[in-house]
Amino acid sequence: MLKQRIADAFDEPGCAANRAKSEVDRKRGCSPRSLVPGAAAGGCAFDGAKIALQPITDAAHLVHGPIACEGNGWDSRHAATSGPELYRTGLTTDMSELDIIHGGEKRLYRAIREVAGRHRPAAIFVYVTCVPSLIGDDVETVCDAAAERFGLPVIPVDAPGFVGSKNLGNKLAGQVLLDRVVGTREPARTTPFDINIIGEYNVAGEMWQILPLLERLGLRVLASITGDARYHEVACAHRARVNMVVCSQAMVSFARAMEDRYGIPYFEGSFYGISDTSAALREMARLLVERGAPATLIPHTEALIAEEEPVAWRRIAPYRERLRGKRVLLYTGGVKSWSVVSALQDVGMTVIGTSVRKSTEDDKERIKGLMGEDAALYGQIPAKDLYRMLAAGEADILMSGGRTQFVALKTKTPWLDINQERHHAYAGYDGMVALVRQIDAAIHHSVWRQVRRRAPWDGDRDGDGR
Amino acid sequence: MSIVEVGTKACAVNPLKTSPALGGALAFLGIERSLPLLHGSQGCTAFALVLLVRHFREAIPLQTTAMSELSTILGGADNVEQAIGNIYERAKPRLIGLCSTALTETRDEDVRGDLRALMVRHPEWRDLSVVYAPTPDFAGSLEVGWASAVQAMIDALVEDGRRMPVRGLVNLLPASYMTPGDVEAIRDVVESFGLSPIVLPDLSRSLDGHVPETYVPTTLGGTPVEQVARMGASQLTLAIGEHMRGAAEALERRSGVPFKVFDRLTGLEAFDGFVETLMEVSGRPAPARLRRERSRLVDAMLDGHFFFTGRTAAVAAEPDLLVAVSRFLDEMGCRTVAAVTTMKTPAAVAVPCESVVVGDLDDLACLVPPGECDLVIANAHGEAAAAAIGAPLHRMGFPVFDRLGTAHRVSVGYRGTRELLFEIGNLLIDHQPDHRPYLRRDREVSIDAETVNA
Ligand code: SF4
Repeated sequence: MLKQRIADAFDEPGCAANRAKSEVDRKRGCSPRSLVPGAAAGGCAFDGAKIALQPITDAAHLVHGPIACEGNGWDSRHAATSGPELYRTGLTTDMSELDIIHGGEKRLYRAIREVAGRHRPAAIFVYVTCVPSLIGDDVETVCDAAAERFGLPVIPVDAPGFVGSKNLGNKLAGQVLLDRVVGTREPARTTPFDINIIGEYNVAGEMWQILPLLERLGLRVLASITGDARYHEVACAHRARVNMVVCSQAMVSFARAMEDRYGIPYFEGSFYGISDTSAALREMARLLVERGAPATLIPHTEALIAEEEPVAWRRIAPYRERLRGKRVLLYTGGVKSWSVVSALQDVGMTVIGTSVRKSTEDDKERIKGLMGEDAALYGQIPAKDLYRMLAAGEADILMSGGRTQFVALKTKTPWLDINQERHHAYAGYDGMVALVRQIDAAIHHSVWRQVRRRAPWDGDRDGDGR
Repeated sequence: MSIVEVGTKACAVNPLKTSPALGGALAFLGIERSLPLLHGSQGCTAFALVLLVRHFREAIPLQTTAMSELSTILGGADNVEQAIGNIYERAKPRLIGLCSTALTETRDEDVRGDLRALMVRHPEWRDLSVVYAPTPDFAGSLEVGWASAVQAMIDALVEDGRRMPVRGLVNLLPASYMTPGDVEAIRDVVESFGLSPIVLPDLSRSLDGHVPETYVPTTLGGTPVEQVARMGASQLTLAIGEHMRGAAEALERRSGVPFKVFDRLTGLEAFDGFVETLMEVSGRPAPARLRRERSRLVDAMLDGHFFFTGRTAAVAAEPDLLVAVSRFLDEMGCRTVAAVTTMKTPAAVAVPCESVVVGDLDDLACLVPPGECDLVIANAHGEAAAAAIGAPLHRMGFPVFDRLGTAHRVSVGYRGTRELLFEIGNLLIDHQPDHRPYLRRDREVSIDAETVNA
């Protein structure tokens, strides 16, 4: 089996570009971002696929592979649920050496049977990781057989880590939904106000900051893909009138495919920041009306915005003075950075640099537009450089993910979590107020004066000891 | 004594295990200026890194050879070479700890041979040691990977041949579950006998949460490689936990250093044994301070045993931690009614529970007879199991990501045992079984009350 795969691998990427490469280059394959051994960071495709699908809360998420993939990774994110807890359960075949020698298919089949029997999930997603992929486990056939036998959808997610980055995994997950889930069920009813929200994972419950706004407009989220989703809703997603893609370059291709297949128009928007939230609501209303919703939706939306915006601004006002001119370094791969940049500028802060690791060219142009031509756009900032910038006091706060948290803290620089692991919700009008409050609390925290003090034995007690 | 049973489920539900490669990396983190490198796809490193960062609340140096599908199939020697080269350029570590993963082990690479060839080809890496530890994910758990890395360091770094033992020099091989605080506590005790321990590995100097003055891309603190090289000159090796026996034996084979394995350092009797050994090697009496700590522990046990007596616990942990915890509970009068561990080892039979199941946290919840468990001990993932069982969770093991100060908790030695006793004892006090009130029906009631109630 492995031999065959080796042979295939030599033949396969048959593009001219690949054949022209040296042997070493060819071994690296055509992965979108070629990874440098010894200088790489970031999750694998499996990680990305699971991030995108796991928020389907009534499904079981079974990871086929040895212990590293699930044993080290489960239960680490805060995609919130309003009901089922099953999605949180860590499920893995935990392949042993014998499974690898003899193939893991039998064990996988038994695992699916156990999960189906014990947890009665709405569906089972089966994630293929590197080892079963390498030894050639035919996961698709196992899943199909199991689906037939146990009478529930069993969906293979073929995104083993070694095919590429987390972003690629997001994309592959979108493809799985398109091929295997969306359009397989029909909703009991539809309305002219049905929308899908794509690429929003309800981290820290952010969906719940948006839903009340949509409800007030009479809009119904037919499927959230996939924050706090139920399997059935995702399966019915093809009946929505409009798709909104939130903060996710990877899921744009998913929305595009839905447009091709089901004629559902989509737009890209963001719920970070006051103006972006309003813009998203406006665009949603416009497209729905275009697709047959009553024209009154538009004035309704304007009325809601006219009511909400001043309230949010009023709540933010006390902080503006305190935050004016404070310098933010934004380092994130998760959310669309332009949206956060404009939100921060709205309250008078200066964004001294932002990462554009996962941004498209369009996004980069937008950021340049916002921050000016000589904006510092970063790819990956090596920890050493990040430390230097922060130690030199170039930023008043770092907003980033947990991975760089401790680099910031060791320089005694305020830090705010804005990635997958965050505990606070920052979406919509309320979310923006919460974000500003958190930034203010971080920057003006009394702890900084304490921890920056010099030790009694270092003399000059009141000096800036950072 | 217990029977160790291997579960028959095909699907692990809420796994207790973490990967051996993570354990290997953790061991390498206890060496000064070191940088662990996982030989696998980048995802393996990312998951391990996130978990280590969450547990220790520290930036953790950890790299990947970034294997792709193709390089996996064609062989990873190039990736290893590039990774070492890049790390060497950028971080100038003294040691790179290379840990395999399931991916590279499935391909059956000759990493050792490749490495030898590499080091010959790169004379410029003279001041760099690269140690390779096989840590396939499909065999064992963190504990195994930790032991494998320690043994690999002994094989690769300790100077060959027998040497005259240096008086007072001893080796300490901490167990994988020992926190930086634990390691420091034991080192202090060893030093209090006038001995100089070489600690392999020493997390108490690298992952103890200090705030350095500058950025360091490798570990800062930990045992220097040069010290590891001198381990052959010690009088004795003190290995903590059955899983460190292999490493101690390897050192004995290599340099003739005799060793003693202590199955645990938690509990009065257990630590007495350790102290006796220190008295023997050093030829000194126990210092006054230690005597006082012992006496305090005795007092704590006298005060505390009431609250443990007759109570029951469910414990899920790696084999040697399970042994340490369940035997301590037993000594305090608390019975272990359910025990789950990560693999079958000779150590696990010492658990005072009818049977020990090799399984996951879901098994733990299922094993407990309904209503018959007052306390759950597991890593932070044990929360769901504790909720299902309906008992409070005391977090031990790895990972513990939802508590502050995980690295500084001490549960070994006289003082650490006392601290553990207090923590668990207080949980048990908080969750005393309710008194079931008996509602009398023949009670005198005043006429007034009756009319009001009517
Ligand atoms: S890279 Fe492969 S083996 Fe590693 S965690 Fe990702 S899927 Fe699992």
